Amino acid sequence: MTGSILFEAIVFLAGAIICVSIAKRLGLSSVIGYLLAGVLIGPYVLGFIGEEGEDILHFAEFGVVVMLFLIGLEIEPKNFWNMRKTIVGMGGIQVGGTMLLSYIMFAALGFDWKVALVISMAVALSSTAIALQTIKEKGLMNTTFGTSSFSILLFQDIIVIFMLGFIPLLANSEHNTSSGNHSEHANLLESLPMGLQTLAIILSVVLIIVAGRYLIVPMLRKVAKTGVRELLIAAALLIVFGISLLMEFVGISPALGAFLGGVVLSNSEFKHELESTLEPFKNLLLGLFFMAVGASINFIVIANSPLTIGGILIAIIVLKALVLFITGHIFKLKLDQKLLLTFSLAQVGEFAFVLLSFAFGLNILSQDEMDMMLVITALSMSLTPILGIINDRCILPNIGTKESIKRPMDHIAKSQKIILVGFGHFGSTIGRFLRSHGIEATILDHDSNRVDFLRKMGFEVYYGDATRLDLLESAGIAEAKIVICATNKISVSKAISKIVKEKYPHIELMIRTKNRYDAYELLNLGHQNIYRESLETSLTLAKDVLSKLGFRKYTLNRQVQNFIKYDEDSLRRLATEPERKDDYIFKAKKELEQQEKFLNEDFKRGIVDYDNHWDSEQIRKALEKTNDQ
Amino acid sequence: MKKTLVLFSHPRFEKSRVNLSLINHIKDKKHVTVHDLYEQYPDFNIDVNAEKKLLNEHDIIIWHHPFYWYSCPPLMKQWLDMVLEFNWAYGPEGKALQNKVCLNVITTGGSKEVYCSEGYNSFTIRQFLRPFEQTAILCGMNYYPPFAVMGTHNLSDDALHDYKINYGNVIDLLQADLKINSNESTSFLNDIPQLKTL
Repeated sequence: MTGSILFEAIVFLAGAIICVSIAKRLGLSSVIGYLLAGVLIGPYVLGFIGEEGEDILHFAEFGVVVMLFLIGLEIEPKNFWNMRKTIVGMGGIQVGGTMLLSYIMFAALGFDWKVALVISMAVALSSTAIALQTIKEKGLMNTTFGTSSFSILLFQDIIVIFMLGFIPLLANSEHNTSSGNHSEHANLLESLPMGLQTLAIILSVVLIIVAGRYLIVPMLRKVAKTGVRELLIAAALLIVFGISLLMEFVGISPALGAFLGGVVLSNSEFKHELESTLEPFKNLLLGLFFMAVGASINFIVIANSPLTIGGILIAIIVLKALVLFITGHIFKLKLDQKLLLTFSLAQVGEFAFVLLSFAFGLNILSQDEMDMMLVITALSMSLTPILGIINDRCILPNIGTKESIKRPMDHIAKSQKIILVGFGHFGSTIGRFLRSHGIEATILDHDSNRVDFLRKMGFEVYYGDATRLDLLESAGIAEAKIVICATNKISVSKAISKIVKEKYPHIELMIRTKNRYDAYELLNLGHQNIYRESLETSLTLAKDVLSKLGFRKYTLNRQVQNFIKYDEDSLRRLATEPERKDDYIFKAKKELEQQEKFLNEDFKRGIVDYDNHWDSEQIRKALEKTNDQ
Repeated sequence: MKKTLVLFSHPRFEKSRVNLSLINHIKDKKHVTVHDLYEQYPDFNIDVNAEKKLLNEHDIIIWHHPFYWYSCPPLMKQWLDMVLEFNWAYGPEGKALQNKVCLNVITTGGSKEVYCSEGYNSFTIRQFLRPFEQTAILCGMNYYPPFAVMGTHNLSDDALHDYKINYGNVIDLLQADLKINSNESTSFLNDIPQLKTL
């Protein structure tokens, strides 16, 4: 019961919308929703999707590639370098331990040693897609658990290259029958000797790094200058597609290549723009991926031997969980972090599909063995979110060591996050002064030339249109304490203020305005921290004028302080007056009316004399009065 | 119960170990308002009307400050100059502060021993505090002996802990209407016998 692409698209989209919104309403991870949607529309329940589920799976794996590119964007090269020990250490222990134990298990179950070896490789790998999606959804990326999971997953991405290189060696004894299925991988280097292959891999990694610096960034700058937004989307997709193709060509996992590409671009000013552009694609593709996993669960295989499959499934999960727990223990994770790690990585991942079908193509696995393992893989992926819920709701609340998500001292910079919008003359002064206090603001600016220049001056400035929610989000607005609007465009400040007020009401907003009228509008929108650029500077000038006329400087200083207070009060009072029509024709006239009003008020106020207690005249008069009586 | 207003002046509060400890200990007490002048008026532009209102609402006025150059920091002097207006705080019609209790809470680097005619500071704390005492008297307030944390440079954590507890207890006693007879020779509230029995 399949039809056109349109029909399939409708089935997938409708399934996703229904199931994910139900899952979210029930407080479950969106991954569960997608998996359920997949099962529902799959061949065994509603039957909308048949055998083509596997093709969709391959297509949707691209979501994983985009995700790793995005993760790469968030990891600057120096941080990546700092993580090397955890990556190799934790990843090595996890992969090694799992492979050893599962090899023993499958060998004991009577599988051929080659089969057992291939399966143990597949089992050792976890699902980057499921694990990272869940971690990000829970906002745990910056915890020890988050980085540990990430390190392990990254190591797996790297080690899978060697696994794919190693599996053909197992098949050698039976003489290479490589006319099999895997020729769909247009891997031209396969015939080359190992040494040359390695060289090609190293060359392509270098190529990514060099191209990132000298090709992609200049290209993005050109694209940005055109000001056509969809071109940037096209450019972002082109980058990811290009890297994937290159990686597949040399036989590296495209996800790993995309990750590297992301790391290279993480230092560029386009980081946030790329993130917000690719985010929706990633999410949709991942959703498709999870649905395809759900649809590929072969219920006939399960029905034929439920006990075997159930047994092996549980054994694998327990075994993986055990190794993960020990890994966490060796690296001194706290108990709850260890449990999170254990439960979130205990599944068999999407790489298993690749490895298993590759080995099947080389005649190492039989059809039955492969079917069984594919089902187990899909089931274990589906179980992960459920295990996560059990851990979250039943286990974690009952152990007393719950570590706060952000340790206050380590994450001081993050918990004090400031976003500075607009880095012109006004904003840059703010940025410089904040920096002189060790506060680095995340800066957003829309002028790519200026961004480029300021970056050369050592500032951390990003390029983008700050009125878009997704850009603000990728700049980390969710964690921000304060957002500063230093732009001179009131329309931009108003748009941002609207977003902040609706979505992040706890964030303090501090806004520059040009004049009283803009200030009125913002006051009426409910914003109190408003800084008129026409107030203090003008008064400083006026003060200096009066000083040159012979007025005493300290007295003037006090007068300015009081005038500012008086003016701020009148601003707030007048802002609540009835709505002034925003009619351009009348604007000039109205401004004059307003000016008249201020001048009248000032006149009534007269020449205000403060600080009489520093002047004895008042006391002299009062004493005269009492003496007269 | 009587209400206490702590007028606290310290230009570098964030660096003051002793004052951080003292203020943090008392700031959440019931009927105690800690008014951090340097935080409130960084530009020395004191809002006189707001200050008068605060004074009206409290019965015990504490001038809490480090003892810089045998006196108070400049913002507190600014406060005295601006807030204690003629014919409000003093003068023929100045009765706003009458019968309130007033005292200094001070921190000094030098120890108690150096504040005497034989010590290098030549005078006692009470002698140095005469201007504050007379200011209070002119405003019709009952000026009480100071509570002083002295020798702060060599103060151990334990000793500091005792000081802060005693500060809190002194406030409790004052709010419970502690009477000090001005004829008595109590030179510091630190030494009153009621503190020892607590």
